[in-house]
Amino acid sequence: MSRETIEAPLGATAERQAVLATSGEAPGKDWVIVTRGIKREYDMGGEIVRALRGVDLAIQRNEYVAIMGPSGSGKSTLMNVIGCLDTPSEGEYWLNGTRVSSMSDDALARVRNKEIGFVFQTFNLLPRATALHNVELPLVYAGVSAVERKKRAREALSRVQLDGRMEHRPNELSGGQRQRVAIARALVNNPSILLADEPTGNLDSTTSEEIMRVFESLADQGQTVIMVTHEPDIAQHARRVVVLRDGLIASDDRRSAFVEKLGLA
Amino acid sequence: MPFFEAIRLALQQIWVQKLKSFFTLLGVMIGVTFLIAVVSIVGGMSRYMTEQLVGKIMAVNSFELRHRPNINIGDHDDNYWRELRRRPRIKESDIEPVTSALPNGVLWAAVGYDNLAASSRYVAKPKGVTAFTVTDDYFTIKRMAPVNGRLFSPQEFERGMPVIVIGQDVANYFFPALDPVGRELTIRGIPYQVVGVMEKQGSAFGISFDKFIVAPHKSPINRFVNAHGVIDAIMIQTPSREGMLSTMETVRQVMRARHGLRPSQKDDFELETSDSALEFWNKIKSYLVIAGVALPAIGLVVGAIVIMNIMLVAVAERTREIGIRKSLGARRRDIMSQFLVESATLSTVGAAFGVATGFAFAKLIAAVTPLPAAVELWSVFVGVGIGAGVGIVAGAYPASRASRLDPITALRAE
Repeated sequence: MSRETIEAPLGATAERQAVLATSGEAPGKDWVIVTRGIKREYDMGGEIVRALRGVDLAIQRNEYVAIMGPSGSGKSTLMNVIGCLDTPSEGEYWLNGTRVSSMSDDALARVRNKEIGFVFQTFNLLPRATALHNVELPLVYAGVSAVERKKRAREALSRVQLDGRMEHRPNELSGGQRQRVAIARALVNNPSILLADEPTGNLDSTTSEEIMRVFESLADQGQTVIMVTHEPDIAQHARRVVVLRDGLIASDDRRSAFVEKLGLA
Repeated sequence: MPFFEAIRLALQQIWVQKLKSFFTLLGVMIGVTFLIAVVSIVGGMSRYMTEQLVGKIMAVNSFELRHRPNINIGDHDDNYWRELRRRPRIKESDIEPVTSALPNGVLWAAVGYDNLAASSRYVAKPKGVTAFTVTDDYFTIKRMAPVNGRLFSPQEFERGMPVIVIGQDVANYFFPALDPVGRELTIRGIPYQVVGVMEKQGSAFGISFDKFIVAPHKSPINRFVNAHGVIDAIMIQTPSREGMLSTMETVRQVMRARHGLRPSQKDDFELETSDSALEFWNKIKSYLVIAGVALPAIGLVVGAIVIMNIMLVAVAERTREIGIRKSLGARRRDIMSQFLVESATLSTVGAAFGVATGFAFAKLIAAVTPLPAAVELWSVFVGVGIGAGVGIVAGAYPASRASRLDPITALRAE
């Protein structure tokens, strides 16, 4: 079965253990994300909320990972930390061989621009800008020239089959088309990871399937994809499923094991 | 954030909300309007004063020896006026010693003048005219020429013949639809023959410079203009500006000697130049400039506050957009400059409208009042520059607030 052949290298748990154990050292170049003992605490009016209580996670290049968990499990916080929108209170986070856990705001902005492509549940497109301009935005902040920007934005929109919709504004597009614009925007800078937060949360089931097929094909082309979701049938599209509970990793399985556990097979 | 993109966005914003933008920009607009209007009017008046008014009263490179200044403006105490009243008049007997001390090539003319009533047989009602009695070189110094008739001959000067040349207003009033040359004008019962009509001198602030008659110094009119042996001024013109100061010093020494002044005593006469005549105008101008800066400043402060308010609202409304931009890699300075450019554009548009209405306002004032207006090109740049400056100052706080937003919180905003 072709699926099994893709899954095979992902079961390398021993390697993962090894990379997580060597605290303070830069991981090898195959490892896109390595977090060691990440904690995140919030001070909510005098009360300390522990959203993450020591998360060890290692993700290799080309993996397609779903992060699951009930609300309050810390999956949004973990996504914010992985996406460099937030910094951990404790622990180390290595992104693509660079330690980003103690960087300044502006340095993190650079990292987000270069390394991370976001796809949000609510699309988060600029309402007054055309699809093409929305896709151009990350290149604007990367300092790419206008001509080059247009060219690359067109290519990215072609990749998600939106050739005929480039000059449309978000309100002239369907939900699925909007999310594909968002995916094109996330891909336009050739990021190390595609980070999707409930990408199908605002879509009907048919459109959801369509978007999941886009992610699938991107993963097949070698794009590292990390997806946060609370829906098991969305998570089962990924090849590895990490489940969080109370700020800790509860399970970290290959898809086959996950499907078995839920009895979805 | 590219510069032009931000400008385009700001202009789009203005266009979409025309009425709101109008009220937003009103303060800046009014401020710049006043600034441009005041600058134009002060500039116009300044040009007018130097070229027209003082230029007409005073000839170029010339000064006048008088017993008191011709023009007095400003704060002077009683002692000043008392001192002026004690001054002796300039006498006819002063003419010879003063003029014989002048270097070669320097022109001079003795001048006396007063307002006298005149009448002619063609008009029933007598009317006041300014009567001048002058010596030979007066017309050369003043560069006045007749448009009709002639000037006085040396014999007429020498003998003090009852002849006059008249200004345009005098010609028009006393000789309606007639050629004045050869006709008579009566002053204090004595008829004077008009030999020439002078070219138009124009007016300043609605005061005409064409209500004059000029007669030879020795003509009978002189005794009605001044008491016997007294003159009002000796007008002295040097060939160049450089020679003027030393010539003034020569005249000063002659007069001090004649009045028997000790070195410790101040001059009891006046050497008036066009610069000293302009002094009073420069004083008025400084007050006008202060008013011209203070009034617009109030408008600009109000305008800045309104723009700051609007920008704070814009930041609040677009929090999510800021979050999106930050998540895509916008740094603080990217967000900061986006909002700064936006508020500067907003304010500059207001200033541009202000420049236009300011000029219209100045033109309107020039049209309905005797005040002149000159459009100064630099004031356009200053006006627009001030607009951009106000926008940047007013936008600084909202922009810095926007740039410091936390991306996670901003993304969650509705």
